Amino acid sequence: MKAFDYSRADSPAAAAALAAQFEGARFIAGGTNLLDLMKLDIETPQHLIDVNHLGLDQIDATPDGGLRIGALVRNTDLAADARVRKDYALLSRALLAGASGQLRNMATTAGNLLQRTRCPYFYDTAQACNKRKPGSGCAAIGGVSRQLGIIGVSAACIATHPSDMAIALRALDAQVETISADGSTRSIAMADFHQLPGDTPHVETSLAPGELITAVALPPPVGGTHVYHKVRDRASYAFALVSVGLILQKDGGGRIAVGGIAPKPWRVEAAEALLPQGAKAVSTRLLDGATPTQDNQFKVTLVERTLASVLAQARDDA
Amino acid sequence: MKFDTPATRNPIDQLKVVGKATDRIEGPLKTSGQAPYAYEQHEAVKHQAYGVMVGSTIAKGRIANIDLAEAKAAPGVLAIVTAANAGKLGKGKYNAAHLLAGPQVQHYHQAVALVVAETFEQARAAAQCVKVDYEATKGEFDLASVRDQGVEPKDEMPDVRHGDFAAAFAAAPVQFDQTYTTPDQSHAMMEPHSTLAAWQGDQLTLWTSNQMVAWSVGDIAATLGLPKEKVRLISPYIGGGFGGKLFIRADAILAALGARLAGRPVKVALTRPQVANNTTHRPATIQRIRMGATADGKLTAIAHEGWSGNLAEGKVELAAQPSQLLYAAENRLVSMRLAPLDLPEGNAMRAPGETPGLMVLEIAMDEMAEKLKLDPIQFRILNDTQVDPVKTERPFSQRHLIECLQTGAERFGWDKRNAQPGSRREGRWLIGMGVAAAIRNNLLVKSGARVRLERNGKITVETDMTDIGTGSYTIIAQTAAEMMGVGLEEVVVHLGDSSFPVSSGSGGQFGGNCSTAGVYAACVKLREAVAAKLGMSQGEAEFIDGHVRLGSKSLPLRNAAQDAALEAEDSIEFGDLAKQYQQSTFGAHFAEVAVDAATGEVRVRRMLAVCSAGRILNPKSARSQVIGAMTMGVGAALMEELAVDKRLGFFVNHDLAGYEVPVHADIPHQEVIFLDETDPVSSPMKAKGVGELGICGVSAAVANAIYNATGARVREYPVTLDKIMGALPEMV
Amino acid sequence: MNDHEPSTLSRRRFLILGVVTATAFAMPPFISLKAYAATLEQPPMAKVTIQVNGQSQTLEVDTRTTLLDALREHLHLTGSKKGCDHGQCGACTVIADGRRINSCLTLAVMQNGVEVTTIEGLGLPDNLHPMQAAFIRHDGYQCGYCTPGQICSAVAVLEEIHHGIPSHVSPSLTEPPRLSAAELQERMSGNICRCGAYSNIIEAISEVAEVPA
Repeated sequence: MKAFDYSRADSPAAAAALAAQFEGARFIAGGTNLLDLMKLDIETPQHLIDVNHLGLDQIDATPDGGLRIGALVRNTDLAADARVRKDYALLSRALLAGASGQLRNMATTAGNLLQRTRCPYFYDTAQACNKRKPGSGCAAIGGVSRQLGIIGVSAACIATHPSDMAIALRALDAQVETISADGSTRSIAMADFHQLPGDTPHVETSLAPGELITAVALPPPVGGTHVYHKVRDRASYAFALVSVGLILQKDGGGRIAVGGIAPKPWRVEAAEALLPQGAKAVSTRLLDGATPTQDNQFKVTLVERTLASVLAQARDDA
Repeated sequence: MKFDTPATRNPIDQLKVVGKATDRIEGPLKTSGQAPYAYEQHEAVKHQAYGVMVGSTIAKGRIANIDLAEAKAAPGVLAIVTAANAGKLGKGKYNAAHLLAGPQVQHYHQAVALVVAETFEQARAAAQCVKVDYEATKGEFDLASVRDQGVEPKDEMPDVRHGDFAAAFAAAPVQFDQTYTTPDQSHAMMEPHSTLAAWQGDQLTLWTSNQMVAWSVGDIAATLGLPKEKVRLISPYIGGGFGGKLFIRADAILAALGARLAGRPVKVALTRPQVANNTTHRPATIQRIRMGATADGKLTAIAHEGWSGNLAEGKVELAAQPSQLLYAAENRLVSMRLAPLDLPEGNAMRAPGETPGLMVLEIAMDEMAEKLKLDPIQFRILNDTQVDPVKTERPFSQRHLIECLQTGAERFGWDKRNAQPGSRREGRWLIGMGVAAAIRNNLLVKSGARVRLERNGKITVETDMTDIGTGSYTIIAQTAAEMMGVGLEEVVVHLGDSSFPVSSGSGGQFGGNCSTAGVYAACVKLREAVAAKLGMSQGEAEFIDGHVRLGSKSLPLRNAAQDAALEAEDSIEFGDLAKQYQQSTFGAHFAEVAVDAATGEVRVRRMLAVCSAGRILNPKSARSQVIGAMTMGVGAALMEELAVDKRLGFFVNHDLAGYEVPVHADIPHQEVIFLDETDPVSSPMKAKGVGELGICGVSAAVANAIYNATGARVREYPVTLDKIMGALPEMV
Repeated sequence: MNDHEPSTLSRRRFLILGVVTATAFAMPPFISLKAYAATLEQPPMAKVTIQVNGQSQTLEVDTRTTLLDALREHLHLTGSKKGCDHGQCGACTVIADGRRINSCLTLAVMQNGVEVTTIEGLGLPDNLHPMQAAFIRHDGYQCGYCTPGQICSAVAVLEEIHHGIPSHVSPSLTEPPRLSAAELQERMSGNICRCGAYSNIIEAISEVAEVPA
């Protein structure tokens, strides 16, 4: 881990300004992924800006009937919030399927969105990785890729985004609110927040350098039955092979976002329109254009079967 | 003490302390964080500096150049060890690869340097500045592609050819032939390999995390070119070993070299991502099983052939070994082949040989039973043997496999199992039961101890035996208490120090029986000394309730040490009873699983082990050994696999997020039954081991349960959902 | 917020987040420690005051020092273990402001003013916490290396259930979670025990929590 300066900011604007002031600055909140990567020399910030004291730790009702989740709300608190449990059960369920109790106590809403891939080649600095070192190649392609992506990937990178929370936020059409060094704010749709790798897998989000996430806004509740099924090799404390988040409405319509298969939460609205035709039709459309490896070919079937299971469960629960 | 005739009645048989379920005597220390492990010896020496290892980033080749300029200039750096300044290094008897690379690199993450600095943070940062240029050469990393180059390991396991397998197999009315694979596995003990090293002149002291103190003293001396007397090794608490700490590893040698170079004590812990490739692992195997049987299920021919790979000086994984003894069949072929691989060194991991061997053999038995339309328990019982199948004049000292199977079947509700796969469903779950037999041999290793009656009447035991979580502290205290006729609280046990008498150490599930037998031997001597001191030598004095009695005379034990402590030292040495009798432990494992009918996710719902393993010295810690081994067996069944990058030659998933081991949610309540048994042929303790028996066969029981639940017969471990899905019902 | 409150598992504090307002520090609203790094010779250092097991501890640490290393290497409280240093095993679990965390994944300098309870703060051999005693009784440990983390986690888990925080296996999100073996197994899954004492650990926790068998 490289030496770094440490600063503590007390307002979002001050934090963003500080980030602009120092080259190589990074925000730190929960630290559960950033410190992990710094220890491995994968993240090498010269300056850490502690944003834990910005007061962004509240969940507030919005005038339109939605919720604004402060960037620093811990995963545990978000999952446990009574309003979230009642109206956005998918979000609670996704959060609770992730990591461990200890990590959820530390990890923040913004940090969860910004966590980086768990691709083992990204994690080993001796290996070629375009995400870690642009232009160095991708050792994962042709290597061990059972956990890796099957869709939305590129010839430069087949990594997945590991967040469970993001799957729910994508299905819920959340908006990510930010502030920049100049004090300007904006709102980014979850659909646009994470970037596909293309030729630039090191660019993972649409955030500008130094731009700070202040909140995630949830639109008013959409009702329906919420189911999140995370499939993994062990029963807990593991990243998804495949996860399916479903909101099923009484009329048979609904929303589906899938994790464990792509560099971003994978949602295809056109596939959702096929829900009345069943899991196979939805899954086929959802995975149209998939390019699995030999190691992770099974994910194609697994998505379909998990979706079928989740649909059955939602119909039972409804 | 020479042990060459079966034990008769002795003081252990009183069972006042031994055999009682006893809380671990070091429990208060461990549960309050007061037990100091190797990296935590702050009080041991002053001015400790920190060392961080740099590992090779190629699998095979040579180091062309190491640029240390930036690392040397980094803040706090005190010294950097590389092959260039390490001096001439030997290689330990128990190591296959060198512990410090240079110029040759033999495997990924082989140590190439150690950076020593004032603080851990400084050492880590500087280690990341070491720049190494390599010249990589082509290596072999795929067992399947080199298996044909395998050679017979004549010293370790020569082929067993008995009768005429080929003819008998060809003639058998029912034949079975399948090939299976088991993957490389990591010990993944919770404490990474760690050492604190300090020199006083030419005397080296290492506080390290090591299972086999005496072996390791020898290997440190051999590696550093020191006389053994100049090396002291202290290993009082070990955060798990499972075979991964049988030998010295890079942390020990680098700490010693770093301390010498820096002129200060240095402590080194491998980082978690280094453990999998830098240290040893259980090697992958390919195994072929062929069986021929009569129509009514009697085995007439069995062949178990296996292949494993290793570095040039590494050993074979003895996976076919259990087939030498587990089932009767007049015509037998048991063989292993060792092929050259350039992956990191493969070596012992909990029940080496038996674990991967039974993972395979016990699926094959399940398959053959089905083929014969026999219940798998019935099939095993039908083919039991009470003698060594090859040397039929040689009986087992104890063999209660049938009783294990039958007791387990009754307790587990085996009669509720439907032999038809996929026939039991509860909601979204498919339910199945599986069984497997277990065998693990009882190894006998010389073991010594020193016992002392202190002036205050307490008993002190000193031996270089280690407690790797096995419960050695407690069973040794129980043994001394029983022998000296005192309560457990009167005994103090010191372990894991090479200044103590050499013990068996912890490995091969021999430590419990052998180390306590060594304490027994020393206690017999101490009893003689006490009796002499108290004038009771003319007969067989009894040691009871803190008193020594002979006839009508009774004196407090402590009287014998009124003037000075009384000390005795002895070892247990084993004669050739192991040649006259085959000594093994046996068991039966039962598992019930639920498999998600949609996704193939497996949840183990119930587990039972029935063990026949001689006298159980402490039923509480012995049970823990078994449930822990069962847990590791679940891991091997369902998730554990060091994933090999066959192009680059390393284990890719080299941390605890990538190499998944079972978590709480994977493990149900576990049941263990010990058959009431003593084995006087084994030792004066009449005990054997259970720590490895507990894993033997577990994975097959789980795999067989998955088959019973789903009809998915998976022959390539681990049994992950992608291999199950194809057998699951269609989704609508 | 009272920084001098004893660092036990105060229920009142439990739902308060591990976030302290800037005014709790005797520092300006934001402060750069760049001055400490004027040269390359010395890494940036920072002064931090942490309440550890009820005692105020002021340390001068490298900014890179994790809470875990501060406990182990600076305060010589080695009960918290380093099993992976990457949040993958749980051996380093401590309770910070009433919540269990992986102490390997937070910087000491970020913990200014935080109340940390380590295994040593729960109990020592002559005064064991009921959870420690239950682990001994049920043999909920073997090598002992993951044990302090398991025990800290277990103590916090019971508080989490008491406060109605749901888990992955809670059947309903709208009803309070119930004490059950399944709840304990899921919630304890962030603490790996390679010796495999899980079955006994759950029994130990169940006894303390009076979970119906």
